[in-house]
Amino acid sequence: MNPYASRRYIISAIFIATVLIYLLRLAYIQIIDLSYKYSAENNSRRYVTQYPARGVIYDRNGKMIAYNEAAYDIMVTPIQLKPFDTTEFCNLLNITPKYVRDNIRLARKYSIYRSSVFLKQISAETYAVFEEKMYKYPGFFVQTRTLRKYQKKIAAHVLGYVGEADDNVIKKEPYYKMGDYIGISGIEKSYETELRGKKGVNILLVDVHNRVKGSFQNGRFDTTAVAGADLTTSLDASLQEYGEYLMQNMSGSIVAIEPSTGEILAMVSMPTYDPALLIGRSRAANYAALQRDPLKPLFFRPVMAKYPPGSTFKLLNTLIGLKEGVLSTETRYSCAGGFHFGNRVLKCHNHPSPLNLTAAIAISCNAYFCNVFRSIVENREFGSSEAGYQQWYDYVKAFGFGRKLNSDVPNELNGYVPTVKYYDKFHGAHHWNAYSIISLSIGQGELGITPIQMANMAATIANRGYYYTPHVVKKIRGRTNIDPRFKEKHTTPFDSTLYSIVVEGMYQAVNGAGTAGIGRLADIPICGKTGTAQNPHGEDHSIFIAFAPRNNPKIALAVYVENGGFGATWAVPIGSLMIEKYLKGSISRPALQDRMLTFKRKI
Amino acid sequence: MINRKENMASGIDWITVVVYVVLVLIGWINIYAAVYNEEHKNIFDFSQRYGSQMILIAAAFIIATVIILVDLKVFTVSAYLLYGACILLLMLVLVVGQKVNGARSWFRIGSFGLQPAEFAKVATALALAKFMGSENIKFNNSSTFVIIGIIIGLPMLLILLQPDAGSLLVYLSFSIVLFREGLPGAFLLFGFMLGVLFITSLLLSKLLIVSIIVGAGFVAFAFFTGRYRETGLGFLLFSGLSLLLWAISAIGHLGLDYYYIIAASFVVSGIAFLVVSFFRKIRFLASFVLFLLGAILFTFSVDYVFHHALEEHQRTRMNILLGLESDPLGMGYNVNQSMIAIGSGGVLGKGFLQGTQTKYNFVPEQSTDFIFCTVGEEWGFVGTSVVIGLFLFLLLRIVAMAERQRSVFSRVYAYSVASIFFFHVAINVGMTIGLLPVIGIPLPFFSYGGSSLWSFTVLLFILLKLDSSRLELFR
Ligand SMILES: [Zn+2]
Repeated sequence: MNPYASRRYIISAIFIATVLIYLLRLAYIQIIDLSYKYSAENNSRRYVTQYPARGVIYDRNGKMIAYNEAAYDIMVTPIQLKPFDTTEFCNLLNITPKYVRDNIRLARKYSIYRSSVFLKQISAETYAVFEEKMYKYPGFFVQTRTLRKYQKKIAAHVLGYVGEADDNVIKKEPYYKMGDYIGISGIEKSYETELRGKKGVNILLVDVHNRVKGSFQNGRFDTTAVAGADLTTSLDASLQEYGEYLMQNMSGSIVAIEPSTGEILAMVSMPTYDPALLIGRSRAANYAALQRDPLKPLFFRPVMAKYPPGSTFKLLNTLIGLKEGVLSTETRYSCAGGFHFGNRVLKCHNHPSPLNLTAAIAISCNAYFCNVFRSIVENREFGSSEAGYQQWYDYVKAFGFGRKLNSDVPNELNGYVPTVKYYDKFHGAHHWNAYSIISLSIGQGELGITPIQMANMAATIANRGYYYTPHVVKKIRGRTNIDPRFKEKHTTPFDSTLYSIVVEGMYQAVNGAGTAGIGRLADIPICGKTGTAQNPHGEDHSIFIAFAPRNNPKIALAVYVENGGFGATWAVPIGSLMIEKYLKGSISRPALQDRMLTFKRKI
Repeated sequence: MINRKENMASGIDWITVVVYVVLVLIGWINIYAAVYNEEHKNIFDFSQRYGSQMILIAAAFIIATVIILVDLKVFTVSAYLLYGACILLLMLVLVVGQKVNGARSWFRIGSFGLQPAEFAKVATALALAKFMGSENIKFNNSSTFVIIGIIIGLPMLLILLQPDAGSLLVYLSFSIVLFREGLPGAFLLFGFMLGVLFITSLLLSKLLIVSIIVGAGFVAFAFFTGRYRETGLGFLLFSGLSLLLWAISAIGHLGLDYYYIIAASFVVSGIAFLVVSFFRKIRFLASFVLFLLGAILFTFSVDYVFHHALEEHQRTRMNILLGLESDPLGMGYNVNQSMIAIGSGGVLGKGFLQGTQTKYNFVPEQSTDFIFCTVGEEWGFVGTSVVIGLFLFLLLRIVAMAERQRSVFSRVYAYSVASIFFFHVAINVGMTIGLLPVIGIPLPFFSYGGSSLWSFTVLLFILLKLDSSRLELFR
């Protein structure tokens, strides 16, 4: 017998043990560890997102404002990458090897199985060349999507812009994936869900060389993209364009509203910028440049700039005085160069005296409205100045000041109307009265009103007592209605008869011997009121609110020209030209129009 | 002699033949699944790999029949001749061979390729069997070692020159045969420890390894010999030297690494121990100290080779294997894809032709070295268990066959067959499931290619022929 025969058992044991170890390992990776199944799914399927075209944006007359253009993104799926000829690749796409390294690292950080954007928005020509060579670069593929294009360089702020969804958004809303676009400002933001449509997905089977081998299960699990809904805005593109043309050398804003509906006809924010700057690969650089610009072109003045309303506020004080019974059309106050109280004086310009209410509005007498305001706040009925002021404050708030109007334009600010508490703190409780806050009577002091609130006041007066929340979108394709909040009629605590008195004053301001005479139009009865907002930082701001025609008004607006001095100089002509442009479609006063272009900005 | 034919048929181990045919057919089906595409659905399409594999299989069956029919002497008598021929082919391939994947290991004749290393295994097995069967081999004769060393080492050397790591590794399988024939287990154990030391010296810090070797050395010596006093003195000498070296290093600001200090002290004290063992005639101490010194030297040389002699990609490959580096895009990509394919199969698999990983070329070399992935993906754990089970059955069957041989020649040859199969299956499957490094080596009967299928067929059927005529051969 062979002395080593028993060694067969050792050898057999080695064979058996090895097989057992292998079976355990197989059981582990095939049955217990599920991560391999997940990997396999992502390995051979390429989820090609079908990006829907974003909704097109039209003006109120059906003119296209913003539409779409095809763009090509190069995507990368890190797990499928194989070593490739970097030099050729870089030359093909005109990028540096560092860019390749950095972006592959980024993509891997996001996910090695999922695809992410490697290079954004290559041109159609580059796309054609790259597609041919793509087989050399496993792991890369091209994704088609759309980019915004603009018919004209107008309404940049209102439209807003579209950019890539950031990490916070992706975390909050699973709809968005890395590299997806989302509306970041303007109506692109407020109507994002309507405009974006619905992404679809094509599931393709691909091999490791990036070659498409067919569609997964004959496309049973594919979903088609649904295009975004088109928006019809209430903007009048030519009016918007004209406003931006008139104010091209100014800083400020115009907000024009159709009083009967609250639809915004124009929303000019100056200085503005070309909306196309914030689209495409150079977006970040352009955005940074705009941000550095000392003129603050990104600042959306119509809803974010707070100015004192100036003399336009006399209209509201008139309504309050009439309503409270401390003022009537026959009330007369004399003016001796201003309103004298204690040893101080709030100055007025030179004009006949005494004046009745209509004339006081028309020529904007400061002394007159100081008296009105005093009689409201110091009304004996309330027992104290604080109570009188509180009453005044409630009326102002009811008119839509000091709070957001809740329009569909994002980033609206509240504005500011000082409270009783504020003055208690500022002057000490019971240590103030109408005289301490007398500048409110002429719309100066702590008041902060945004242009859209101001335009809304013009619309409310035009309607003789009510308004619809100003909004910029008229119609969403596929929807029967826009948001019901824009159909809701807001009333004010003043009777329409009281408004008629104010309207008469405004009519006289333009058409009588008033401050806004320069804005008079022969064939259109314009009602308006000038204002000058005190500006501690420089020259005063020029303000004009108006509506026209007097009966059945079609347009109400507010014009702000920063550092424009008196309302009559710049704001009135602009308001008047805008009204003419909108109602008649042409301009009868080219000289006045050209004078607007001579404005010199004073920073 | 009258019923020679009948005898022959009855003498053949039909169970093994059935297992062989089953494995070959399963392999063919999986090659079909691996390279299947819509345009060429026909399994007999000769333009595809499964079509040509069918021809190769048919040829293999003919080869098998021929082997059964020819005279046994062809293999027994001319074993050295065959061996010599293969050695010549291995030399020739270095000169006129075609370079594939950096290795010059293929003869290319038209569209037909031949890998001499595959057949050299058969010849080496025959030659080894012939030598060990020719006289009563005892493993205490140095000339025996030398001759065995030459028989196995010569083809290894030639394959190393190609170089083809997979085939090279398979030659180590002959150590199992030698073990069965009486090679002291200590050799295998020593080899095994060398392997462990090799891997640990890459994984652990040198300081730790050297400390463990020295510490374990002292403890083991004290424990096994009971010479506590001597051990204590020795340890005192060693620690004194270490302290001295450390002080010199610290004062002289030499900044010597601790493992150098420990290694140096151990070398110096080790010399002292050798002197002691010589004078006091403690032979065991000498070999023990030499063994420990060898271990330390080995650690340092592995470290040196790894960091200075190996190529970058070899280092990376090693690192991935040892889990020191994970890089799904780099060298580990193949293994990763292979494991994804197998792992995604689950218990029952995705079904015949339903695999996506292997079908869409995610797995490299899917019809050759990574054919096991297709089994794993489409047939699941059930499929992999059955295939591995069949191989284990075959191995144990061959061992049983080996043990019933009357000649040393047949037994040595049978164990060679078992060992070669074992290495191939273990290395190939181990590679696909991430237990072993990626070494290009075919899975017997499964992998696409004539050379491997035919050489495994020849290997197995010579054994079956030997087995069928075991009663005719007497030693
Ligand atoms: Zn006055």
